[in-house]
Order: sequence, then C-alpha cells, then structure tokens
Amino acid sequence: MGKTIIEKIIQLHTNEEVSPGKIVWMDLDIRSARDFGGANVVKNYEREYGDQRVADPEKTFFTFDLVAPAKTLKYADNQQICREFAKKHGIKIFDVDMGIGSHVLMEEGLALPNTTVVGTDSHLNILGAVGCFGQGMGDVDITFAFRTGKTWFEVPETLKVIINGKFNYPATAKDLTLFILKNLGTEKALGKAIEFYGEAIENLSIAERITLCSMVTEMGGIIGFTSFNQKRLSELKDFIGKDIEPVKADQDANYSEIIEIDIEGLTPHVAVPFSPSNVKDVSDLRNIKIDSGFIGSCTNGRVEDIELASKILQGKKIRQGVRLVIVPATKRVYKKLLEKGIIEILFKAGAIILNPGCGGCAEGHAGLTGRGEVQISTGNRNFAGKQGKGMTYLASPAVVASSCIAGEIINPNKI
Amino acid sequence: MEKIKGRIWILIDEKGKLINDIDTDQIYHNAYLHITDINEMGKYALGNLKGWEDFSKKAKKGDIILAGKNFGAGSSRQQAVDCFISLGISLIIAQSFGAIYKRNAINSGLAILTFPELDEKLSCFENGDKVEVDLLTGEIENLTKKMKFQANPVSKVQYEIYKAGNLFKYAKK
Ligand code: SF4
Repeated sequence: MGKTIIEKIIQLHTNEEVSPGKIVWMDLDIRSARDFGGANVVKNYEREYGDQRVADPEKTFFTFDLVAPAKTLKYADNQQICREFAKKHGIKIFDVDMGIGSHVLMEEGLALPNTTVVGTDSHLNILGAVGCFGQGMGDVDITFAFRTGKTWFEVPETLKVIINGKFNYPATAKDLTLFILKNLGTEKALGKAIEFYGEAIENLSIAERITLCSMVTEMGGIIGFTSFNQKRLSELKDFIGKDIEPVKADQDANYSEIIEIDIEGLTPHVAVPFSPSNVKDVSDLRNIKIDSGFIGSCTNGRVEDIELASKILQGKKIRQGVRLVIVPATKRVYKKLLEKGIIEILFKAGAIILNPGCGGCAEGHAGLTGRGEVQISTGNRNFAGKQGKGMTYLASPAVVASSCIAGEIINPNKI
Repeated sequence: MEKIKGRIWILIDEKGKLINDIDTDQIYHNAYLHITDINEMGKYALGNLKGWEDFSKKAKKGDIILAGKNFGAGSSRQQAVDCFISLGISLIIAQSFGAIYKRNAINSGLAILTFPELDEKLSCFENGDKVEVDLLTGEIENLTKKMKFQANPVSKVQYEIYKAGNLFKYAKK
C-alpha cells in the first residue's frame, strides 16, 4: 500500500510501520519553545529532570515572538527564565528582535522539507508550506521532547483537496485560503493531514503557501502540504538555502476522502466575526465601516504581503480616523522592506509600523480593539475577545489596505 | 496481564442517551483553572455537566467512566484530565476522544480506551455494573451482566506510558 506525504515523513522518523490510526514513536529533528509556554517547559524540565542535559542543544531552540520586547513583568520574567535555561544548556535563542518563530525556523533553514519539528505554537503546522512536518504541542509534550528528542504521534488520515481553476488579482492566496475554509468548514479536515493539489496550488509562491498552510489550524487539520511545479521547487530551494525536495505521495496512497473545489473567478473573501470559517464574498458586505486595520501575523506578514499593501497605499492616505498597524513577520522581512523603500511608502500613507513579531494576536502587543470597534485584519483568528472587545474581520493585505483608504470594507478593485 | 476492574458510571442525559461532545469546560470549568494542586481538582470534575454536577461526591477510587463521542473536546487544559486522576478514576472508556485530550490523558498516565460501538451496546451496561477491561486486547467484560465486548486495544506507546505512570516517568527509564 502506498503512502501519503505525512505517512512518508513519519516513516522516515520511526522504525515502526506507519499506518493511519497507529501511534508510533517519532524522532524529532527540531524542538522549540516560544515565550508563551517556554517558561512552563523550563519549570517542568527542572522539576522532572533537574540538571540532566537536554537531548541535543543543537536541535533545541527558543523563539521569542509573542510579546517582543516584553511589555509586562510576567513576560519579562518568563523570557528571562528561558534565557537562563538556554545559557545553562547551550541552547540558541532567537530573541525578541527576530520575529515569528515559525518563520524564523524556515528562514534559518532549520525547518526543512521531510523533517519533523515541534514547539509550543498552535500554528507550527505552518511549516507544511516548506514540506516540513511541524506540530504545535503543550508544555508537557515539549518538555519531554527537549529531554528525549522524541514524541509519540498518532498517524492521521490524509484528506486530498484538489483545487480546480486559477485565481487572479484582486483575489490573492488569502482569498483562496478563506474560500477553502468556507468549503471545508471546521469538520471535514478535523484531525487529518491535508494534501492540496491543482495548478493554482503548484504555482503558489512560498509566501502564498505560508498563508494557506498557516490556516490549516483553523480548518481543524493536523497539517497541510502543497504540490510544487519546477519553478516553485527552485524558489523553495533558494528560500531554505538547501537542495532538498519535499517527498511526494505515492500513486496508490490511501486518502480518507477526495474533495474538489472550483475557484475559477475567485473574488476577494472576508471572514466575518466571530469565526474564521464564517466566510463571505467581499461584495456581500455593504457599509461596514472600520476603525482600524492590521497587516501582519504568521499568515500575511511576508515581504510580498506588505509590498502588495504598499502598492495600494502608495501616494494615498489612510482615511482620517482609521488606524493601520503593520507588523513584518521577521527581521529579514523588515530589512527587505527597508531596502525596497516600502517602509517609507507606508509611513507616508499614515501607517504605524512596528518591529517584527506576532503583534496582532499576542496579548495586544500591537494594540487591542475597544468595545464596538471594527477591525479588518490579515490575521488568522477572529474569535470573540481574541484581539480585544471589538469585532475583527479577516481578509487579504489588499482588502485591508484598500479598506483603510476607504474607511469601510471594500473590494480592492474599487480603489 | 493484569486488568482494570471497577464500577461504572455511564455519562447519559435525562433521556438515557450517551452525551456526546462533553467539552473541557463541562469537565473542568475555567473558573478553577488557577488551581495547581491536583488533590484540589477532583471536587470540580464534571461539575459543569448537566445532571452530573455531584459526580465527585458519588465517585469512588477505582471507578470507570463510560462516555459518548468526542469526549474532552475543546481547550488543551490539563486539569480536565488531572481532576479524574485526583478522584482515583481508573479508566475512561469513550466512543471517541478529542485529539488534545487524548494526548493529555496518555501523557498523564490516565488509562483511556476507545470503544466505538458503545452506543449500540448501551443497553448491556447499567450504572453500578462491575466491568473488567484488558487494555492490550481491548476486551471489556461486564462482570455483573456476564457479557463480553471488543473495544480498540491501546497502542504499545500508550501502554508503556501508562505502565511507567506518566510521560516523565517513562522518559526516566
Ligand atoms: S502571529 Fe498569531 S497565530 Fe501566528 S504564531 Fe503568532 S500568535 Fe500564533
């Protein structure tokens, strides 16, 4: 019997025969903890293992991205607890200047195709974008991973999603992602790995794959993998800085279900409060005035995302009374934006540009919404209370930038 | 092979139907998340599940819980597992478990068993029956009614962690 992508990757990391539903011990190539959960990992570790060494400091990392730099005493303490543990064990920290941990792991060539990575981040499955099996876990699991370099995992079933048709601007990868969410809901992919196929998928850039794969969490999936064409394979190799190709599923691999989604003529889409799967066509939303906008997060914080917003904002002004906060995903992204003159364009349009990190969903680091406030965001979650007391709509960087000029949620082709 | 033996509690509603999707807030309400002492957690177990609010007073050490589909859905709180350990519950049998709940239960050494056919076989079980369960074969015997059933055997991994006590003790071996 052939294997799906996830089954192949797990099989590369265990001696047991891999099949869906089976729990196996799996070797971990990278284990990480961020400033959220990291201090708990350290406390668990010292209570359980005392001075025993972590399994392999070279494969163990801390990434601080949630509250960066620490703005509360609790986070400052927690980050310091991690720094001291890191020093003692010789573990590398990507500190508060570096940006979103999952993105840093990809940029640094640590999260590689066909490898396994765990960390205390529920969106670590974003690493599927580069063909890496990333998984977020609780602090008990990560403590164990630090000590042993292993974890147990129940091999999931795989769902095959075939995307038919192409999309063009003003539709973007975010609209594709929201449209897939609308079709799958939160049940169809629950607890499963997803493999995305189709011409539109094969041609996605790395940044676009990151957008899609980051929201597999909201689809309820374990992880999502995307197929590549030759051009995108070489882009992947440049991005990770290594000549490694992601494994492909076998011809006779076994899928729990095959779902086809037609995207021909895709228009911009928006997730309406308070659920990421509550997705509507932007033209069905009328007269929704906004108070603020956010561009960033692990879903849409890449150079391409912010550059797209800057093209719309160039020579224009954000509407009076509307605030737009922009947070680049990483330090590298920030640097690129500086070099390309994009920061200046955004500044002139009236945007607030913060240092790299999670920003938007992290304890209000990039600002919260007040009662009754309407926000349009490129993030991935809009649950009640997640970004404050207001209401958050999720959309593409193009829709967010256009809406901040118009003062209401709007299709970018109307700007 | 030693087996788990105990008295059962079937989590049913007032109509006698298995309750599905019992989430972690119904198992252990978020009002008590600040509690860190496991001995204190037992008294809140199922405290927010309609009809079962007094469970902690009725339950005895060694008791076994039977539940419907997707038991432990929702948040990742470890207390939703620890409250049962606190009460001395020896095993939870459910038609299915929430994915994170399953990880947490296995890591904490709480025995859990998946029994997809529980719904069909529900008439063969009554609250207070004594059952005996073999985790490795998945065999459930209702000693009171003298009937046998087949659940999914636990995996080798789950069994090893269970025998060690929890994931941390397992790692020390
Ligand atoms: S941007 Fe938000 S969803 Fe993404 S990793 Fe950071 S906190 Fe999590």
